[in-house]
Order: sequence, then C-alpha cells, then structure tokens
Amino acid sequence: MTWRIALAALLVMAAGEPHSGYQDASPETRAMQDDDASNPGFLWVQQGETLWNQRTGGDGRSCADCHGAAPVAMRGVATRYPLFDARLGRPITLTQRIEQCRVERQGASPLSPDSDALLGLTAYVGLQSRGLPLQVATDGPVRLYYEAGKALFDAREGQLNLACAQCHDDLAGQRLAGAIIPQGHPNGYPEYRLEWQGMGSLERRIRNCMVGVRAEPFAADALELVELELYLGARANGLTIETPAVRP
Amino acid sequence: MVRVLLNVPKRVKRDEPFDVKLLISHPMESGQRRDDMGQPIPRDIINSFVCTFDDEEVLRADLFPAIAANPFLSFAVTVQASGTLAMTFVDDHGTVQTETASITVE
Amino acid sequence: MMRRRFLMLSGAGLIVPLAPVRPTHATPAQVAALISELVGDAALHDARVKLDLPVMVENGNSVGMTVSVDAPVGDVRSIDVFAEGNPLPHVLRVRFGPRAGAPRIATRIRLATSQTVTAVAKLSDGSCWRDSVDLLVTLAACIDN
Repeated sequence: MTWRIALAALLVMAAGEPHSGYQDASPETRAMQDDDASNPGFLWVQQGETLWNQRTGGDGRSCADCHGAAPVAMRGVATRYPLFDARLGRPITLTQRIEQCRVERQGASPLSPDSDALLGLTAYVGLQSRGLPLQVATDGPVRLYYEAGKALFDAREGQLNLACAQCHDDLAGQRLAGAIIPQGHPNGYPEYRLEWQGMGSLERRIRNCMVGVRAEPFAADALELVELELYLGARANGLTIETPAVRP
Repeated sequence: MVRVLLNVPKRVKRDEPFDVKLLISHPMESGQRRDDMGQPIPRDIINSFVCTFDDEEVLRADLFPAIAANPFLSFAVTVQASGTLAMTFVDDHGTVQTETASITVE
Repeated sequence: MMRRRFLMLSGAGLIVPLAPVRPTHATPAQVAALISELVGDAALHDARVKLDLPVMVENGNSVGMTVSVDAPVGDVRSIDVFAEGNPLPHVLRVRFGPRAGAPRIATRIRLATSQTVTAVAKLSDGSCWRDSVDLLVTLAACIDN
C-alpha cells in the first residue's frame, strides 16, 4: 500500500509545480513568442484591433464606440473567463461573450468560432491582459460547472481510453515522441501553433486532443467544452496570460 | 491584399545599419499537401520579395515552398538620409503588394 | 507449391504492374548538383558563412533560420539555401543591393525531415563559401485533426 502512495507522490513531483507551456517549448519557439515583431499571432491581433474600431451591424457601432480604447476597457477582462452569464444561466467563454456582444448589441452577423475575425478579436482582447494572472472564479453559480469540467478532465475517453489528467497531470514533463508533455494550461490562447501553421482557439486544441485519443470530439459550441475550459482556467489560476502565445 | 506587420525603428542613425522585421499573413501553400479526399492542394506562395529605399535596392529574395507559412523576414538596412522604405512581394497569381514605411534619420 | 500459388494469383489478375513511385524528397546528390551549377568553376570554401539553425527542431513546419556572411555587405552577391531532405531542395535565394545594411537575412523555413541544410554565398570576386547544419526534425506527438 505504501509503495503506491510513494509512487503517486513521485508522479506528482515529476509533473511539477504549475507552469506555463512556454517553459516546455524549445528556446526557438520561445524566442518567436518573445518578440512581438516576429510573433505571427500579432497578424491576428492586428486584425482584431481593426475590427475593434470598425463600425458594423444594424446601428453602425464599433466595439470602441461603447467600450472605448481596448487597452483601458479590456485590461484584466481575459483573466476572469470563462465566467457565469446570469441571463443564459451558464458559464460562457471570452469568445462567446464577444460574439454575444457583436450579435445582440451591435446587430452584426455571426462569425464562426474559428474564423480569423473572431480569433483576431479574442486575441486582441486577450492581449490587453498579457502579463496578468488568471483569476477564474469557481464559487457561486459556476461551482457545478467547474465540478463537471473537472470530472471531464479526469474521465477516460476514446479508443485509447485516456483521461486528460493522465497525460497532463501525471505525466507532464515527460516526453511523448520527442516532445515534452505540457501541463495543458489555457493561458496563451488564442495561440499560434506551429503544427497548425496558424492561429487557433482552446476549443480547437481540446477537440484535436480528443481526436488524438480517438474519442468523438465535443461539438464546437458544446457546454462540455466551456465546463472543461472553466476547470482548465481555474487550474491555471496564478499563471499569467501570454496571449498571443506561440507553441509547437 | 494580405495583412502585413512591418517593424522599423522610430529613428535611425545615418550610415548605421538598422533591422527591419516583416510578417506577412499568407498560408504559403507548398503544393505538397493533400486534402481530406486525397487530392493535392495546389501550390500558392509568395515567390518574390524586393525591398528598396528611395528606389535604391536593399535586397531581393526568391522564396520557395520551403519558406514557412506567415513568412517572417528580417534584414539590415543602411541609409544616409530620411526617406521611404518600400517592400514589394509577388505571389504565384502575379498579385503584387507593396508596403511602405518612413525612415527618419536623426 | 509457391509457384502454383503465384500462377493462381496472376491468373486472377491480382498481380498488377506497380506505377512508378514519385520521390518524396530531394537527395544530397541533387543538392550537390545544384550547388555545382551555382558555383561553376569557382572554388568552394567551407568558411565565412554562418547558417544558424537549431540542431533539434521541435516542429518542422516553422524553423527559425538566420544566414550571414563574414564579408563587407558590398562584396556579397548572393546567398542560396538548400534542404536536401525536402521535396524541393531550393529554400531561398537572396541578393543584396546598395542599401543593404549587412549580408544577413533571417526567416523561418519548413523542414520535411531530419537532414543537412546548406547555405552557399557568392562574393563579387567570384569566390564561393559554404556552411551546413545537420539537424533532427521531430514529429508532433499527437495526431492533430
């Protein structure tokens, strides 16, 4: 019995303190992220900035018309998402909030979740919290959803019958086919992934991971994804936002 | 027209090399990939790049499919007086795009 | 016994001639030929060029590369980069003009597999200089998409 406890303790130690995926990336990938002039994510941030200031929708209003300058109005915002939307009665992600604002308050036509435009807006808003620690709430009305997210993280799935926790908690820091297994934190999203040769959302990454273990991925707008992101966000509380991050 | 991020220093010294950094939003489709149905995705890249300063050439480059998506280029320029840096790139369709930046010599 | 089985299979038309396989990558010999064509009769020295590439490549989709020449920028006519393990070996050609600040360019390249990447610089006096890097390209662990 005691050897099992010792082994568990060793595994926890091997996984290490919570740290950003930045530290698990190669020096070259980190250098790409460190220089805003060479970070391809800023091509999307630039698009997001343009959209922030662009008048659109039925009333011809821009985000700036209501919110003002993003560096002021959006500072700290990304650190709190996903959060509970009282009107919807469920938590929503930052991207979903931006889309909600665009469609309901600007009267703009909906954008698809992985469109460059929505990625750009989310990246631009996320950038305004760069360097600030995540502080996702888990108490109050989100509690049940947080627990559901944790259950999803811990549950085995797919033909490979693997749970997120097995790789990203227990085996984080060890190697899978030459790459260091990261702890799987959401603090850099939307991020530029070399594997994608482009920018992508946390939803895309999670869905890809599910395909990776040969599970049927959740639909892009599934509540399960929001629950999982809520859990991931809280699990990463204290880590600073790096949007737009660069990862392999 | 594709998105471009151009970084040049605000002020430069005469006859002293300074770095220019350029990011271009472009998939640089290599022509080597296949789609989900197994059909080859045709090549579609930016194949040439020229940088000039007040009509004098800084450099010109031939780019091939091995240049990564969302191409990044960084190189050094030396000028003697303030002027305009122009960057022109051409893709496989023959589309020409030019971006400019003012260079101020202090 | 084996012969009978072979005859049966060919009788059923199951043995078909194989279509010629298109090579999926270039070869060191191809790159050597390209370099030879570039250099011509000039001597090729392994010096003065610095090809900066990581030896361990985390993702072959995007690899930061800087190539520079230890010579006055006015003396450097061109730099060519070749990747012998890529489907198409020519990666980049740069020519420097009068306003170039240094004989150097940085970019990001694609590398299909572990291989040797070579840079060749031509100077205005006709001499040619070379550097190469042997590197390892690792594949992504999880199948994405």
